[in-house]
Amino acid sequence: MDTGFFVAWIEAAARAVAAGRERLTELDAAIGDADHGVNLDRGFTAVREALAADPPATPGRALTLTGTTLIRKVGGASGPLYGTVFRQMGAVLGSDAETTPDALADALAAAVAAVERLGGAREGDKTMIDALAPASRALSDAVRAGSAFEEALDAAVAAAQEGARAAIPLRARKGRASYLGERSAGHEDPGAASSVLIVTALRAAASCGSR
Amino acid sequence: MKKLINDPGDVVTEALAGMALAHPDLRVDAANRIVYRRAAPVRGKVGLVSGGGSGHEPLHGGFVGHGMLDAACPGEVFTSPVPDQVVEATKGVDGGAGVLHIVKNYTGDVLNFQMAAELCAEEGVRVASVLVDDDVAVTDSLHTAGRRGTGATVFAEKIAGALAEAGAPLAEVAKAGEEVVARSRSFGVALTPCTVPAAGRPTFELGPGEVELGIGIHGEPGRARAAAAPARELARVAMNAVHADMPLSGDVLVMVNGMGGTPLAELYIVFAEVAAFLREKGATPARSLVGDYVTSLDMQGFSVTVCRLTGDLTALWDAPVATPALRWGR
Repeated sequence: MDTGFFVAWIEAAARAVAAGRERLTELDAAIGDADHGVNLDRGFTAVREALAADPPATPGRALTLTGTTLIRKVGGASGPLYGTVFRQMGAVLGSDAETTPDALADALAAAVAAVERLGGAREGDKTMIDALAPASRALSDAVRAGSAFEEALDAAVAAAQEGARAAIPLRARKGRASYLGERSAGHEDPGAASSVLIVTALRAAASCGSR
Repeated sequence: MKKLINDPGDVVTEALAGMALAHPDLRVDAANRIVYRRAAPVRGKVGLVSGGGSGHEPLHGGFVGHGMLDAACPGEVFTSPVPDQVVEATKGVDGGAGVLHIVKNYTGDVLNFQMAAELCAEEGVRVASVLVDDDVAVTDSLHTAGRRGTGATVFAEKIAGALAEAGAPLAEVAKAGEEVVARSRSFGVALTPCTVPAAGRPTFELGPGEVELGIGIHGEPGRARAAAAPARELARVAMNAVHADMPLSGDVLVMVNGMGGTPLAELYIVFAEVAAFLREKGATPARSLVGDYVTSLDMQGFSVTVCRLTGDLTALWDAPVATPALRWGR
């Protein structure tokens, strides 16, 4: 995949976040503080502007610029956490002009590890990790098993959705929702929900043929 | 939703513009969203920077001034500031003696201040941090993000600020802040939810006969829902939770804080109950604040914060302060 593919991913993610803004904010109102959709949308809007103002030359640069912009514009926990996802992926992809499915899978795995370190959350804590970690594993497994790229991404999307769904009955142990204790059980985690959107956007970028 | 705003997206910038006009002792950098005391940086004095989501006014901008904060970084409503903002504020108040960050224990605040502190260190600015985590409503803190930082933030900002004003070095100012946190506990009660401007409707539903016990300061629901009750009972629920966690005795500093939508008369009624509770336990409300200090937009309700005083802490509390929201002795 070339830089265009990654820019297409970010564009698709930005559109999905804008379209999902109200839903994410509603999910956050139930167990957090009702700003997740609004904040992420503000961040991704700034990312689109940054990518237009300073067109990246490499996939790594596109992702690093995305991550840095999210950290600078979002605030809250989601700014540093999503910022770290993209910055870490950018760091792993480095300055190569093109990247392979293997490298992308490795980059996503490194991003999940970096977010776990930063936020101190693990799978089962009812956070974005509950969607991102299974998606990352599914992508790596499928790529290693020699699946076609689109199929590997389908597996990642399915795993992210399943991870977010599996977290619904759990009790949150990190982030704002953790303060609700038992009362957080039965609600979908807004961070897991936004992660599903971002993984799904990756699949959408692969279909739009800009590889 | 009826609110005195022009556009939900402009709430913070327009509020800062008004604050700058109303308080000539402050210097407001609207572009970077930082409220400075006009004299900052003060040469040789430890700088104090705090910040967090907007919607808690007067926290933190209202506590910028002589004897308290040197700068405040307001984020979007209920959203922590971004690292760039904190870095800019930190550099702006560094008078050569280093800067103390006072951070409430919410994941977003912690992460953004941590990133900012690392960036400042790379630029050669000495930074220490005090993490405020006083909320006893968070019972199993080992399994959560830890106790939230709420009302004790005001105490830590005032007492560390007084020490910094007196010329104490960074390590000592940080230690005083930590001591305040260690000796302080809070508990909050909501009678209504609040309405975040960008969301446009209440953050949760609360029936006319219900209250939320153990709320934080972001309009999030608390740890339990209960039937509405007279002020006496609600004050006792709060004080029992505080006392169970940190037995109260001796002189204490008490804040009965309004969440933004509660009349002062009701807060005084709560304060009378709190004072009666303290006397029963053999503690004395030696110093007190009653009013809106750490709000949740338009939420009705109160929080109570208690700090077990020492002679030194009392003297620092009594030291002169001149900010928009706290002002005495000067």
